[in-house]
Amino acid sequence: MVDRFPVEAGHIMLFARAVGDTNPIYYSEEAAKQTEPGGIIAPPTFVQASAQFDPEYGLRPKIGQRWFGSGKSPSGSNAEPPAETAPRAGGGGGSGLHAEQHYEYHRHLRPGDVLHAVTKPGKTWEAEGRRAGKLKFSESITEYYDQNNNLVITARSVGVQTERPVSQG
Amino acid sequence: MALKASQLKIGDRHEVVVVRELSRTQIVQYAGASGDYNPLHTDEVFTTQVAGYPAVFAHGMLSMGLTGKMLTDYVGDGRLTKFGVRFVSQVFPGDTLTAKAEVEAVRSEGGQHFVDLKLSTVNQDGKEVVQGSASARIDP
Repeated sequence: MVDRFPVEAGHIMLFARAVGDTNPIYYSEEAAKQTEPGGIIAPPTFVQASAQFDPEYGLRPKIGQRWFGSGKSPSGSNAEPPAETAPRAGGGGGSGLHAEQHYEYHRHLRPGDVLHAVTKPGKTWEAEGRRAGKLKFSESITEYYDQNNNLVITARSVGVQTERPVSQG
Repeated sequence: MALKASQLKIGDRHEVVVVRELSRTQIVQYAGASGDYNPLHTDEVFTTQVAGYPAVFAHGMLSMGLTGKMLTDYVGDGRLTKFGVRFVSQVFPGDTLTAKAEVEAVRSEGGQHFVDLKLSTVNQDGKEVVQGSASARIDP
């Protein structure tokens, strides 16, 4: 659950840098004024950064809590990884991966927007994978609303839990 | 500049190299910006010794974000109405990615014009890493 996701110009800039996008509309209010939207907007995958504003998000180290990444040992903390995302205890080494992501834009985000999101579970299904064993897929639908309670982006995400690491080649 | 329905044909293609030799640092940069700190993307020790992968690999969403850069440069700022992808292969440090769009349909709906695109992003070996589709509002 994301109760409050403030869309900020600095965050848009950092996100655009990370995806290697030099479009001035993400960096400069002055330059953005000359564009059709008439101001800074967010890149199309920016709402993924709502994870920053989800207090329960399992893939961010929490202050004062153990973390499952490496430290003194390869999985340093001995902390349990989040169930759906990290290697399963007991071996096999399968893990949670992102399989699909779909967005529908009702309008584009601008600095100053304050979003909240509602996520609902979708379908689940299983398949036998050629490269990673049994695959368990699960879908979730997230609706992002703005400060006026208007739906701005609908996101559909599919995650997959693999039985073992995906073999390469 | 936005695309024009009158100038688009089914089968028109657009492609751009969206990253050359992806660095681990750019993956770290994406982790920081997006908030997805899964060690599979940034922690080589954990990923090779615990998770059993040959190296850290990019977030699927980084591949989608890189593909999105090609897309918004092609259709114009603020014109995208839909964008969806499947992550079909992993992207590893050192990979060079080319994002491609192909016009599948040009249509009008409620007095507005739209283009439907088929998307494919491939690595330096021609292996597809992302496949998807997008729609955008275009000029007449």
